[in-house]
Amino acid sequence: MFFRMVKGALLRQKAKMAMIAFTVALGASLATAMINVMLDAGDKVNRELKTYGANINVIPKGASLLNDIYGVGEGSGVSDKYLKESELGNIKTIFWAFNIVDFAPYLETPAKLKNGSAINLAGTWFSHHLELPTGESLDTGMISMKKWWDVQGQWLSDGDTDELMAGTAFARQNNLKIGDRIDIISVNKTYSFKVKGIFNSGSQEDLRAYVPLAKAQEMSGRNGLVSRVEVSALTTPDNELSRRAAQNPNSLSIKEWETWYCTAYVSAICYQIDEVMTDSVSKPIRQVAQSEGAILEKTELLMLLITILSLAGAALGISNLVTASVMERSSEIGLLKAMGAYDIHISLLVLTEIAITGMIGAAAGYFAGIGFAQIIGRSVFDSAINIKPAVIPLVAFLVFVVIIAGSIPAIRFLLALKPAEVLHGR
Amino acid sequence: MNLLELKNISKIYGDVKALQNINLSVGQGEWIAIMGPSGSGKTTMMNIIGCMDKPSIGSVILDGTDISKESSKKLTALRRDKIGLIFQQFHLINYLTALENVMAAQYYHSIQDEKEALEALSRVGLADRAKHLPSQLSGGEQQRVCIARALINYPMLILADEPTGNLDEANEAIVLDIFKSLHKEGSAIVVVTHDPEVAQESERTVILEHGKISKIKDNNKSEALC
Repeated sequence: MFFRMVKGALLRQKAKMAMIAFTVALGASLATAMINVMLDAGDKVNRELKTYGANINVIPKGASLLNDIYGVGEGSGVSDKYLKESELGNIKTIFWAFNIVDFAPYLETPAKLKNGSAINLAGTWFSHHLELPTGESLDTGMISMKKWWDVQGQWLSDGDTDELMAGTAFARQNNLKIGDRIDIISVNKTYSFKVKGIFNSGSQEDLRAYVPLAKAQEMSGRNGLVSRVEVSALTTPDNELSRRAAQNPNSLSIKEWETWYCTAYVSAICYQIDEVMTDSVSKPIRQVAQSEGAILEKTELLMLLITILSLAGAALGISNLVTASVMERSSEIGLLKAMGAYDIHISLLVLTEIAITGMIGAAAGYFAGIGFAQIIGRSVFDSAINIKPAVIPLVAFLVFVVIIAGSIPAIRFLLALKPAEVLHGR
Repeated sequence: MNLLELKNISKIYGDVKALQNINLSVGQGEWIAIMGPSGSGKTTMMNIIGCMDKPSIGSVILDGTDISKESSKKLTALRRDKIGLIFQQFHLINYLTALENVMAAQYYHSIQDEKEALEALSRVGLADRAKHLPSQLSGGEQQRVCIARALINYPMLILADEPTGNLDEANEAIVLDIFKSLHKEGSAIVVVTHDPEVAQESERTVILEHGKISKIKDNNKSEALC
């Protein structure tokens, strides 16, 4: 009889139940989309932010010390400490290797123009093919690290031996245009370069000129050496543990150390890079790393707020619809009470009707939400969102809470309903 | 022992005294009618007797239990176990068949028994309409389903609110015949009615005016008792 009554009530109120299912579906779809995006967004937003540059700087130990004590920047020619180019591939062998998106080495080269004025010249990888010790291969370098640069002309390739890329400020100071030639003296030898590209980075780098790393090593006589490496890594926002670890990893307990080491904190990745690079010191570029963490947290907070608001909206919608339904059926509910039904019987009857309707709406909303998540993924991150099965019980729980919350006014109404008032009038 | 006793009951809504100092008893198997003009307190009295309301003052003893002191939950149980309700508007659940409407009363009382529900419908002459929805039944047939539903749990007291109010003469006669039959079998019946012919079928007629009993008429002797 119970299910016969539930079925009868559902079929008799098709339009109202369809509206309830639609409301639940809307809430569930937004919750599904937002939670899936939220769970996947950390990685997606991180990757997106990585297109705006490096967040770790690797320098030789000595250079680091000079920098820390005297504030002398690495590559200024003061330090004679260098990193080994042959070890760069090791960066992709650390525990968080998959989180290393790109890296580019730099060799600052002492150079001047014919008129004797010193210039900032550095060698780097532009798009360097690397065979890793693990047997994998990788193409990395400045082209993928500096995607936001506005380049006139062309990027250099690593095989260009007599061409350079000049920053806009460097080009303006030396009155250079694409295709012009410039003579540069390094270690008493003159080299002639053609300007292949002029870049605008919007930073101090515009005062520089870049040549391929091999050429810079040849000019400075520092074959196989680099003065620093910029690394772009996907990281987890810092917390208290990572901040403590960044100050001194040895201060952590074994369990804390394992947690820290096995989490993609920027400090953990720095630590792991130092493990594979001889005499290196890796330092997070704090401003970038912290901004990334802040943006990620704010993005997640925004999605959480959208989820909460959509579910609250759904609860309000359900509340109105269920209350209207119960009010319409007040004489039926009064009759059931007159026949001896307790409040719990009638509450269960109404809740079962809403739960069945809600389940249908939630199922439809879940699949719609997967679609929304993919639309968000494609339009915002240009890639698919990984659908997490763990979202199903979470959405089911949220829909349950929303249905219960939305049904409270209706249940209160039916509990207060007196059969005498609806069956006879008072 | 009387089945029902109303002792000095009054029902007050704000400034309105719907019932004032009512004293009435209904014996086992007795059939009484309550009459009176609109606003005389008939419905209020019916709600109190039917355990759907409580008096503001006084006590109501139903089968030895003072219902004026019971909780809402206990009143629900008393209503379910001891009273069969018949309404002027029938109040059938419109998505259940006639048979299912009768069985709904069984469901909340004890266990459902389709055979017994069919017998109740047979008793009111509706066995062949058991699978029909209320919308497929005439007013008289709907009222008979309502009576079958009231009878299904063998109540001590049948409480009928204008049971023939919405019926034509033919159906009124059928319903009255059913009541006579129930009375003969020993059921106590309280009927609220405007219709003197219906009231005439009862043993006593209680006349209410302005919330007070103005007259109690013994229909067998055709004379007023008070």
